[in-house]
Amino acid sequence: MNGEVREADQVWPGESLLWFLRERLGLPGAKNACEQGECGSCSIYLEGNLVCACLVLAGQAQDSDIITVEGLAEPGALHPIQAAFLETGAVQCGFCTPGLIVATHDLLRRNSEPSDAQIKEALAGNLCRCTGYAKIIAAVHLAAGRLVLAP
Amino acid sequence: MIEARPLPTRQRPVAQSAITGGIGESVKRPEGVLKVSGDFPYSSDLWAEGMLWGSTLRSPHPYARIRAIDTTQAAAMPGVHSVLTHADLPGRKVYGLEIADQPVLAFDCVRYQGEAVALVAAEHPEQARRAAAKVRVDYEVLEPLSDPELAISGEGPSLHEGGNILRRLRIEHGDQNARAEVVVSGEYVIGMQDQAPLGPESGLAVPDGEGGVDLYIATQWLHVDRDQLAAVLALPPERVRLTLAGVGGAFGGREDLSMQAHACLLALRTGRPVKIVYGRQESFVGHVHRHPGRLRYEHGADRNGRLVYVKASIVLDGGAYASSSTAVISNACSFASGPYAVPNATIEGWVVYTNNPPCGAMRGFGSVQNCFAHEAQMDKLAQALGLDPVELRLRNAFQTGDTLVTGQPLEGPIPVAELLQRVLSMPLPETADASRRDLRELPGGVSNTTHGEGVRRGVGYAAGFKNVGYSEGFPDYSTARVTLRVVEGRAQAEVHTASAEVGQGLVTIQGQIAHTELGVSQVVVLNADTRVGSGGSSSASRQTYITGGAVKTACEAVRQRVLEMARSELGDQAGSGENWRLADDSLIDTSGRTVIDLVTLLGDEVVSEEREYRPRPTEPLDERGQGKAHLQLAFAAHRAVVDVDVELGLVHVVELATAQDVGKAINPLAVEGQLEGGAAQGLGLAIMEQVLVKDGKIMNPSFTDYLIPTILDMPPVRMEVLELGDPRSPYGLKGVGEPPAISSGPAVLAAIRAATGREVSHVPVRPDDLLDL
Ligand code: FES
Ligand code: FES
Repeated sequence: MNGEVREADQVWPGESLLWFLRERLGLPGAKNACEQGECGSCSIYLEGNLVCACLVLAGQAQDSDIITVEGLAEPGALHPIQAAFLETGAVQCGFCTPGLIVATHDLLRRNSEPSDAQIKEALAGNLCRCTGYAKIIAAVHLAAGRLVLAP
Repeated sequence: MIEARPLPTRQRPVAQSAITGGIGESVKRPEGVLKVSGDFPYSSDLWAEGMLWGSTLRSPHPYARIRAIDTTQAAAMPGVHSVLTHADLPGRKVYGLEIADQPVLAFDCVRYQGEAVALVAAEHPEQARRAAAKVRVDYEVLEPLSDPELAISGEGPSLHEGGNILRRLRIEHGDQNARAEVVVSGEYVIGMQDQAPLGPESGLAVPDGEGGVDLYIATQWLHVDRDQLAAVLALPPERVRLTLAGVGGAFGGREDLSMQAHACLLALRTGRPVKIVYGRQESFVGHVHRHPGRLRYEHGADRNGRLVYVKASIVLDGGAYASSSTAVISNACSFASGPYAVPNATIEGWVVYTNNPPCGAMRGFGSVQNCFAHEAQMDKLAQALGLDPVELRLRNAFQTGDTLVTGQPLEGPIPVAELLQRVLSMPLPETADASRRDLRELPGGVSNTTHGEGVRRGVGYAAGFKNVGYSEGFPDYSTARVTLRVVEGRAQAEVHTASAEVGQGLVTIQGQIAHTELGVSQVVVLNADTRVGSGGSSSASRQTYITGGAVKTACEAVRQRVLEMARSELGDQAGSGENWRLADDSLIDTSGRTVIDLVTLLGDEVVSEEREYRPRPTEPLDERGQGKAHLQLAFAAHRAVVDVDVELGLVHVVELATAQDVGKAINPLAVEGQLEGGAAQGLGLAIMEQVLVKDGKIMNPSFTDYLIPTILDMPPVRMEVLELGDPRSPYGLKGVGEPPAISSGPAVLAAIRAATGREVSHVPVRPDDLLDL
């Protein structure tokens, strides 16, 4: 769990990994916009794969490596993707933001200089109701540029 | 002096970053660092030791009498601490923004599917849900009234005392018998739109152990929540303290109470903190929607394309409870003829009760439904006259000195023609050979439904407007407390209001104003709560104007006191103190010389002032629908370029372009965000978003079936922002948030009509509407 081992007892078998992270581990960075796999606000890494935490049962994540938005940067610092979202105005209410940042992280490790069309395809599973997405695309480009310079 | 009240959360304590600039600068949002790192405490993130989870049992029926409720079995379920019904309510059993007609928990009957009937608090949310399912409600199911026209006719059941017509409004402007050479008419049906903020309704109520309660909540208006809660809880308002938790978007959907009263009731009953978080399906019945409507229009013009009259009949479905319906219909009628000068008009509006989901505020507030209709009519009229659609609009565009159909004169810059000309003259996107385009840019996208065959391009235009601030004499004001003091060796300004940051950037703007007015580089905006006077709602595009005005006024009072302090301490050098100003953390004289720095001047002194700001009052509409009912008017124009696959009825919006007068852009980056985000919601209503209601039941309460635009659906937005300055408002600003959501959708419809040659009159446009199905 972001580099630490975390345990919880008496977990109800029906609990989603999202709820487990948010409510049992006190890590509410992954968001609960739909809890039905449609919005991407709960995007996290599970064993290095981008997943919707709301679609995974907590029990399925036993002994797995998990990285959430809280674990992307060193404490007190921002990851270049986080800084880019902030600077370009890609954050309004911000409820979509943690999921988008993790999904962008996943995109940029696979494709360091994505085109607009590639960004749109990669982020098509992440809903944002506030921004109209233009500044999110700008943020991905800005972050990509900086990461290429300083990987 | 007041310190910020922390939110109950386990998130890492990260400080907000400083507000680094004044008005007119694209200052970054101070809470942005928290938002990108996952540490911003949204209302669904809250946590308190020993907290319980609340769950709500809701009616499966749109209309039913309640014969009996039995909670025995539910109360015996594992983990359950409390089960509540209407019989347990300590105070007022109903609430509402304008008319208190909505039960906190249903008694006697339920009037919509999803109405709250019983509450459970349990250790785990699943225990609470299972127990709620064990509450036995004996319903006598009744035939729902689902047709608004039937509600008007007076047939069918009367859902509330006083009948089903919630408000009827008639506007008579000019000659009621005017005739014209060219006449076009049409009927337009607008579907129900959901605000779909990503953050679900949620919050945490914490009992104070002395009978009072603290509620940490995502809302648009803390004080109106508080006042409704105090009545329901039978507590004096000062024992119901509200603090704003992080708000994951609002768009009108958080004006009414949702889980607020329920969480407080459970917390007070159990003596434990209670958290309630709706799932997405519950959210669809947990907040009001944008009114669906049927609008019938007739436009008359002379041969030169001058409007002679507009007749409109507007029927909005208010659903089961009043919410803000009476104000929505007022807007729908006031702006029914669009931003055009029309000498004669007859506008009839109805908003009615039905057993459909309750409707109320959503961005655009009554001006969205009518814009689809009046803009379709303008295009029809242009066609009948053989005129270019933009040319027809230019000939009739509002100018300063014209009047609304309500008789209200238009003052200050009224740039309708200029906005239209701006969007007209922006370059059009290239019309690349469709067969060579990337799949992702074609209708149907990666579904691979066309490689360009059957794809037609269309371009459409629309203009729209609405008011900023409250209308019809509803008191509009906001309160701000501004404090200046020395903190850790630096002068610091602190701004405290009860006005809700919902994502629009209000916190930043409050800080920018203090930065400019007090010349202080360190500005902190306290979290909003009810320890300061009301800020009014974050709606009607009003906060930058009204709360901005309050912050400015409070800063001026603080500045006045600082200058007085300086004059008495330093002695007034030949009266020059009159012209001293605050800048760069110092007092500066007219020659730009530093008189004294603020840290030295203030010492231990804390200068704190609370002020209310009230814009000029508005008046109610009279029986002929006449009156100066609106404060400020804000205008925008849009152009849409679409590609339509005419064989499958699929639409891809290629580009949106807009021009909007914002008076003065207090934060240009935030303005852009409003223009882009609002356009996306307009596009959504135009081509994809509709809450489908059948016999009073919502058929698509999920993001699987209720579609909001994704990044693939949303094109780039070309924009020009005009800053023409309103002489009456603070800094000349105009409200920004709503106009982008008004004419964007109608422009998309116009473009679809241009591409297909079809008279599309249903919003959202469905593939069936574009095919012969
Ligand atoms: S909360 Fe998991 S996809 Fe929406
Ligand atoms: S910023 Fe609000 S949902 Fe994206």
